[in-house]
Amino acid sequence: MAAEPQAAYDWPLELHRLLAASRVRQVGYVPDAGHKRLIELCHADRSMRAVPLTTEEEGIGLAAGAWLGGERCALLMQSSGVGNIINALGTVKECRFPLPMLVTMRGEYGEFNPWQVPMGQATPAVLEAMGVVVQPVREAADIPAALDAALRLAYNSYVAVAVLISQRVIGIKSFQEQAAQ
Amino acid sequence: MSAALKRREVVAQLLAGRGDLLVVAGLGSTAWDCTAAGDHPLTFPLWGAMGQAATIGLGLALAQPKRRVLVITGDGEMLMGLGSLATIGVQRPANLSVVVIDNERYGETGMQATHTASGVDLAAVARACGFRNASTLTREGEIAALLAAVHGAPGPNFATVKVVAEKIPIVLPPRDGGLLKARFRRALLGAAADTQ
Repeated sequence: MAAEPQAAYDWPLELHRLLAASRVRQVGYVPDAGHKRLIELCHADRSMRAVPLTTEEEGIGLAAGAWLGGERCALLMQSSGVGNIINALGTVKECRFPLPMLVTMRGEYGEFNPWQVPMGQATPAVLEAMGVVVQPVREAADIPAALDAALRLAYNSYVAVAVLISQRVIGIKSFQEQAAQ
Repeated sequence: MSAALKRREVVAQLLAGRGDLLVVAGLGSTAWDCTAAGDHPLTFPLWGAMGQAATIGLGLALAQPKRRVLVITGDGEMLMGLGSLATIGVQRPANLSVVVIDNERYGETGMQATHTASGVDLAAVARACGFRNASTLTREGEIAALLAAVHGAPGPNFATVKVVAEKIPIVLPPRDGGLLKARFRRALLGAAADTQ
């Protein structure tokens, strides 16, 4: 009973609505089970380009290039992917690129895979060390407001903001469950 | 095979009469090459983010589909972001060209050999990833066709230009990242970019 998912509320639908309303035109992602529905919604939206990446680091370049070209870009990734963007975040800070990121957490609340725990536990500290504003969310009902605040902060203040969506919300409890998604 | 082309001359040719071209310069020698050809607000020279020159070009090309975008970077920088060629191959932006100035060396750290010195073929990788055009250039006479492709051929286009491994004077662009970003956006989007 340690990690019951909070399944009822369709928060990805709200997140997509917020991204579209904020004129986010590019959405870079490396797939995560927790982002499955939001990725599908972004792909289905003709007003935005969903860009699958081979590694999260490419998303930093994509977002920087988009902003240079006058478009807004948001990134979706799993906490393990945060480890792949650390050096590139230096460019985001030095150039003050606005960068909203939605990070689904692993290695955190009821994790079954011990190999996920080190990066999951280090994720907030690593992001903060690189100057990213970190906004953890533990309840599904709070995620849209957190993204709304993150989008405002990123684009009004030219900073990187990461909304960390707790594994408590995603609710993956076993490898079998993950594979069945 | 010993290369004959000189990097500064190749980059100067690529940027001569650049017109509306939007340029991303990979960190190190290619940033110096682009600056030697003339510092320009619509060139974004990188001082970091090694491996991301091509993806910055991708984001820019997707945001500005009516403008031509040229990424000029080095072999070491491109090797660090090989996956970006696959990502670009999936998006297939018609207005994007990636040109690798390939001296087969890490020029900023002691001229150590990169993988291209052992035969790794970047143009073949780009072709396999879905770039519409991908070639390796070794001769002066081939640059004009590349320039035409950069300005007009439906992309994504890729070229590796083999150049002499030489130590030449560094020509530095401005270092302030915030300045480089702001001046690029202002030149491209107008003064309104300052308050967006």
